[in-house]
Amino acid sequence: MSLNRKVGFFQGLKYRGKGPMWAWMLHRITGLCIILFVGFHVFASFFMQQFGSDAATSINIVYESWVFQILVIFIVIFHALNGFRIAVQDIWPPLQMYQRESLWLQWLVFIPIYGLTIFILIQNGIIGV
Amino acid sequence: MGSRTIKPGFTFEYTMWIFTRISGLSMILLVIIGITAAFFMGARTQMDLPTLMRWTFFPNPNHVLNSEIPDITLGWANAFWQIMQILIIFFAGTHAYNGLRIVLEDFMGHTIIRPLLRGLIFFLWIFSLILAIYVILAS
Repeated sequence: MSLNRKVGFFQGLKYRGKGPMWAWMLHRITGLCIILFVGFHVFASFFMQQFGSDAATSINIVYESWVFQILVIFIVIFHALNGFRIAVQDIWPPLQMYQRESLWLQWLVFIPIYGLTIFILIQNGIIGV
Repeated sequence: MGSRTIKPGFTFEYTMWIFTRISGLSMILLVIIGITAAFFMGARTQMDLPTLMRWTFFPNPNHVLNSEIPDITLGWANAFWQIMQILIIFFAGTHAYNGLRIVLEDFMGHTIIRPLLRGLIFFLWIFSLILAIYVILAS
Protein backbone atom coordinates (compact mmCIF):
# COMPACT_ATOMS: atom_id res chain seq x y z
CA MET A 1 0.00 0.00 0.00
CA SER A 2 1.89 3.03 -1.21
CA LEU A 3 1.42 6.72 -0.54
CA ASN A 4 -1.03 8.48 -2.85
CA ARG A 5 0.80 11.62 -3.90
CA LYS A 6 -1.80 12.81 -6.40
CA VAL A 7 -2.96 15.92 -4.58
CA GLY A 8 -4.42 18.79 -6.54
CA PHE A 9 -2.73 22.18 -6.48
CA PHE A 10 -5.42 24.00 -4.50
CA GLN A 11 -5.77 21.08 -2.10
CA GLY A 12 -2.01 21.23 -1.54
CA LEU A 13 -2.24 24.93 -0.72
CA LYS A 14 -4.32 24.01 2.33
CA TYR A 15 -1.24 22.52 3.97
CA ARG A 16 -0.34 24.91 6.72
CA GLY A 17 3.37 25.15 6.08
CA LYS A 18 3.24 28.94 6.46
CA GLY A 19 6.47 30.93 5.98
CA PRO A 20 8.85 28.16 4.97
CA MET A 21 6.29 26.66 2.57
CA TRP A 22 5.67 30.01 0.82
CA ALA A 23 9.43 30.55 0.63
CA TRP A 24 9.80 27.15 -1.05
CA MET A 25 6.93 27.80 -3.46
CA LEU A 26 8.15 31.27 -4.33
CA HIS A 27 11.69 29.99 -4.79
CA ARG A 28 10.46 27.39 -7.27
CA ILE A 29 8.18 29.82 -9.11
CA THR A 30 10.88 32.50 -9.33
CA GLY A 31 13.35 29.91 -10.56
CA LEU A 32 11.04 28.91 -13.41
CA CYS A 33 10.35 32.56 -14.21
CA ILE A 34 14.07 33.31 -14.40
CA ILE A 35 14.55 30.48 -16.88
CA LEU A 36 11.65 31.82 -18.93
CA PHE A 37 12.42 35.55 -18.91
CA VAL A 38 16.20 35.44 -18.97
CA GLY A 39 16.08 32.64 -21.53
CA PHE A 40 13.88 34.75 -23.79
CA HIS A 41 16.25 37.68 -23.35
CA VAL A 42 19.34 35.60 -24.21
CA PHE A 43 17.75 34.07 -27.31
CA ALA A 44 16.28 37.40 -28.39
CA SER A 45 19.66 39.13 -27.96
CA PHE A 46 21.31 36.44 -30.07
CA PHE A 47 18.79 36.81 -32.89
CA MET A 48 18.93 40.61 -32.66
CA GLN A 49 22.71 40.53 -32.92
CA GLN A 50 22.85 37.99 -35.74
CA PHE A 51 19.81 38.63 -37.90
CA GLY A 52 18.47 42.02 -36.81
CA SER A 53 15.18 40.24 -36.15
CA ASP A 54 12.23 42.52 -35.38
CA ALA A 55 10.43 39.96 -33.23
CA ALA A 56 13.54 39.53 -31.11
CA THR A 57 13.94 43.30 -30.81
CA SER A 58 10.38 43.70 -29.57
CA ILE A 59 10.88 40.94 -26.99
CA ASN A 60 13.94 42.79 -25.74
CA ILE A 61 12.12 46.13 -25.67
CA VAL A 62 9.49 44.64 -23.35
CA TYR A 63 12.15 42.91 -21.26
CA GLU A 64 14.21 46.08 -20.82
CA SER A 65 11.29 48.39 -19.99
CA TRP A 66 11.35 49.73 -16.46
CA VAL A 67 7.90 48.36 -15.59
CA PHE A 68 8.90 44.83 -16.50
CA GLN A 69 12.21 45.20 -14.70
CA ILE A 70 10.38 45.85 -11.41
CA LEU A 71 9.07 42.28 -11.69
CA VAL A 72 12.34 40.79 -12.93
CA ILE A 73 14.38 42.41 -10.14
CA PHE A 74 11.98 41.06 -7.50
CA ILE A 75 12.25 37.59 -8.99
CA VAL A 76 16.04 37.58 -9.20
CA ILE A 77 16.83 39.16 -5.83
CA PHE A 78 14.29 36.96 -4.01
CA HIS A 79 15.61 33.79 -5.62
CA ALA A 80 19.20 34.77 -4.83
CA LEU A 81 18.57 35.68 -1.18
CA ASN A 82 16.36 32.66 -0.53
CA GLY A 83 18.88 30.41 -2.24
CA PHE A 84 21.64 31.91 -0.13
CA ARG A 85 19.63 31.09 3.02
CA ILE A 86 19.09 27.50 1.81
CA ALA A 87 22.76 27.00 0.89
CA VAL A 88 23.93 28.37 4.25
CA GLN A 89 21.48 26.10 6.08
CA ASP A 90 22.71 23.13 4.07
CA ILE A 91 26.35 23.84 4.85
CA TRP A 92 25.64 24.33 8.58
CA PRO A 93 22.68 22.00 9.29
CA PRO A 94 22.22 23.12 12.93
CA LEU A 95 20.96 26.42 11.49
CA GLN A 96 17.94 24.57 10.09
CA MET A 97 16.41 24.80 13.57
CA TYR A 98 16.04 28.55 13.05
CA GLN A 99 13.71 28.70 10.03
CA ARG A 100 11.53 31.54 11.32
CA GLU A 101 14.45 33.74 12.35
CA SER A 102 16.34 33.15 9.12
CA LEU A 103 13.24 34.07 7.11
CA TRP A 104 12.91 37.29 9.10
CA LEU A 105 16.57 38.06 8.42
CA GLN A 106 16.06 37.30 4.74
CA TRP A 107 13.16 39.76 4.43
CA LEU A 108 15.10 42.30 6.49
CA VAL A 109 17.88 42.22 3.91
CA PHE A 110 15.54 41.93 0.93
CA ILE A 111 13.29 44.91 1.64
CA PRO A 112 15.99 47.64 1.66
CA ILE A 113 17.83 46.26 -1.37
CA TYR A 114 14.67 45.78 -3.44
CA GLY A 115 13.03 48.94 -2.15
CA LEU A 116 15.97 51.18 -2.99
CA THR A 117 16.35 49.64 -6.42
CA ILE A 118 12.74 50.05 -7.47
CA PHE A 119 12.54 53.49 -5.91
CA ILE A 120 15.32 54.62 -8.23
CA LEU A 121 13.82 52.64 -11.12
CA ILE A 122 10.33 54.14 -10.75
CA GLN A 123 11.69 57.63 -10.18
CA ASN A 124 13.80 57.46 -13.34
CA GLY A 125 11.01 55.76 -15.23
CA ILE A 126 8.47 58.44 -14.44
CA ILE A 127 10.72 61.35 -15.25
CA GLY A 128 11.64 59.57 -18.43
CA VAL A 129 15.34 58.90 -18.12
CA MET B 1 7.73 -1.91 2.85
CA GLY B 2 9.72 -0.95 -0.20
CA SER B 3 12.55 1.39 0.52
CA ARG B 4 15.18 2.26 -2.03
CA THR B 5 18.72 1.68 -0.94
CA ILE B 6 21.03 4.41 -2.10
CA LYS B 7 24.67 3.57 -2.62
CA PRO B 8 26.98 5.83 -0.66
CA GLY B 9 29.34 7.95 -2.72
CA PHE B 10 29.02 10.46 -5.54
CA THR B 11 25.87 9.67 -7.48
CA PHE B 12 24.58 12.06 -10.14
CA GLU B 13 21.87 13.39 -7.83
CA TYR B 14 24.31 14.03 -4.98
CA THR B 15 26.81 15.77 -7.25
CA MET B 16 24.09 18.02 -8.70
CA TRP B 17 22.83 18.80 -5.18
CA ILE B 18 26.31 19.99 -4.21
CA PHE B 19 26.73 21.80 -7.53
CA THR B 20 23.47 23.71 -7.05
CA ARG B 21 24.67 25.13 -3.74
CA ILE B 22 28.19 25.86 -4.95
CA SER B 23 27.03 27.46 -8.20
CA GLY B 24 24.48 29.61 -6.38
CA LEU B 25 27.06 30.93 -3.95
CA SER B 26 29.58 31.42 -6.76
CA MET B 27 27.10 33.48 -8.76
CA ILE B 28 26.50 35.75 -5.77
CA LEU B 29 30.28 36.14 -5.42
CA LEU B 30 30.76 36.89 -9.14
CA VAL B 31 27.98 39.47 -8.94
CA ILE B 32 29.66 41.18 -6.01
CA ILE B 33 32.96 41.23 -7.92
CA GLY B 34 31.16 42.78 -10.89
CA ILE B 35 29.51 45.54 -8.88
CA THR B 36 32.70 46.32 -6.93
CA ALA B 37 34.82 46.52 -10.06
CA ALA B 38 32.22 48.71 -11.73
CA PHE B 39 32.33 51.17 -8.85
CA PHE B 40 36.12 51.18 -8.92
CA MET B 41 36.05 51.95 -12.64
CA GLY B 42 33.85 54.99 -12.16
CA ALA B 43 30.29 53.68 -12.26
CA ARG B 44 29.18 56.02 -9.49
CA THR B 45 29.34 59.04 -11.74
CA GLN B 46 29.30 57.48 -15.18
CA MET B 47 26.53 54.93 -15.03
CA ASP B 48 22.88 54.96 -14.10
CA LEU B 49 21.31 52.26 -11.99
CA PRO B 50 19.80 50.11 -14.77
CA THR B 51 23.15 50.02 -16.56
CA LEU B 52 24.85 49.00 -13.32
CA MET B 53 22.33 46.20 -12.84
CA ARG B 54 22.76 45.01 -16.40
CA TRP B 55 26.53 44.98 -15.90
CA THR B 56 26.17 43.16 -12.60
CA PHE B 57 24.29 40.22 -13.99
CA PHE B 58 26.20 40.00 -17.23
CA PRO B 59 29.42 42.02 -17.58
CA ASN B 60 29.20 42.52 -21.33
CA PRO B 61 30.32 45.71 -23.12
CA ASN B 62 26.91 45.95 -24.80
CA HIS B 63 25.47 46.46 -21.35
CA VAL B 64 27.37 49.69 -20.75
CA LEU B 65 26.44 51.46 -23.97
CA ASN B 66 23.92 53.68 -22.17
CA SER B 67 26.51 55.12 -19.87
CA GLU B 68 28.86 58.07 -20.01
CA ILE B 69 31.98 55.99 -19.90
CA PRO B 70 34.41 57.63 -22.30
CA ASP B 71 36.16 54.51 -23.50
CA ILE B 72 34.69 51.08 -22.90
CA THR B 73 37.51 49.05 -24.31
CA LEU B 74 39.91 49.88 -21.52
CA GLY B 75 38.36 48.41 -18.43
CA TRP B 76 35.09 46.96 -19.61
CA ALA B 77 35.63 44.99 -22.80
CA ASN B 78 38.64 42.84 -22.13
CA ALA B 79 39.31 39.12 -21.72
CA PHE B 80 38.85 39.22 -17.93
CA TRP B 81 35.22 40.22 -18.29
CA GLN B 82 34.65 37.75 -21.11
CA ILE B 83 35.88 34.97 -18.84
CA MET B 84 33.73 36.29 -15.97
CA GLN B 85 30.72 36.26 -18.27
CA ILE B 86 31.43 32.71 -19.39
CA LEU B 87 31.71 31.61 -15.76
CA ILE B 88 28.45 33.35 -14.84
CA ILE B 89 26.64 31.81 -17.79
CA PHE B 90 28.04 28.35 -17.13
CA PHE B 91 27.06 28.42 -13.44
CA ALA B 92 23.69 30.01 -14.15
CA GLY B 93 22.77 27.76 -17.06
CA THR B 94 23.71 24.53 -15.34
CA HIS B 95 22.06 25.64 -12.08
CA ALA B 96 18.90 26.61 -13.97
CA TYR B 97 18.55 23.54 -16.16
CA ASN B 98 19.23 21.29 -13.19
CA GLY B 99 16.47 23.09 -11.30
CA LEU B 100 14.17 22.56 -14.27
CA ARG B 101 15.03 18.86 -14.21
CA ILE B 102 14.15 18.68 -10.50
CA VAL B 103 10.78 20.39 -11.02
CA LEU B 104 10.10 18.04 -13.92
CA GLU B 105 10.87 14.97 -11.83
CA ASP B 106 8.52 16.19 -9.13
CA PHE B 107 5.62 16.32 -11.52
CA MET B 108 6.23 13.59 -14.06
CA GLY B 109 5.92 10.04 -12.94
CA HIS B 110 7.45 6.89 -14.36
CA THR B 111 6.16 7.30 -17.88
CA ILE B 112 8.09 7.24 -21.12
CA ILE B 113 7.71 11.03 -21.38
CA ARG B 114 10.07 11.69 -18.50
CA PRO B 115 13.33 10.51 -20.08
CA LEU B 116 12.31 12.30 -23.28
CA LEU B 117 11.87 15.57 -21.39
CA ARG B 118 15.10 15.01 -19.50
CA GLY B 119 16.83 14.59 -22.85
CA LEU B 120 15.18 17.78 -24.09
CA ILE B 121 16.41 19.66 -21.03
CA PHE B 122 19.93 18.30 -21.58
CA PHE B 123 19.87 19.39 -25.21
CA LEU B 124 18.54 22.86 -24.29
CA TRP B 125 21.31 23.18 -21.72
CA ILE B 126 24.07 22.45 -24.22
CA PHE B 127 22.40 24.63 -26.86
CA SER B 128 22.02 27.60 -24.47
CA LEU B 129 25.62 27.38 -23.30
CA ILE B 130 26.98 27.30 -26.84
CA LEU B 131 24.73 30.19 -27.88
CA ALA B 132 25.63 32.31 -24.87
CA ILE B 133 29.38 31.70 -25.20
CA TYR B 134 29.17 32.68 -28.87
CA VAL B 135 27.34 35.92 -27.96
CA ILE B 136 29.97 36.68 -25.31
CA LEU B 137 32.94 36.13 -27.59
CA ALA B 138 31.35 37.93 -30.52
CA SER B 139 30.47 41.12 -28.61
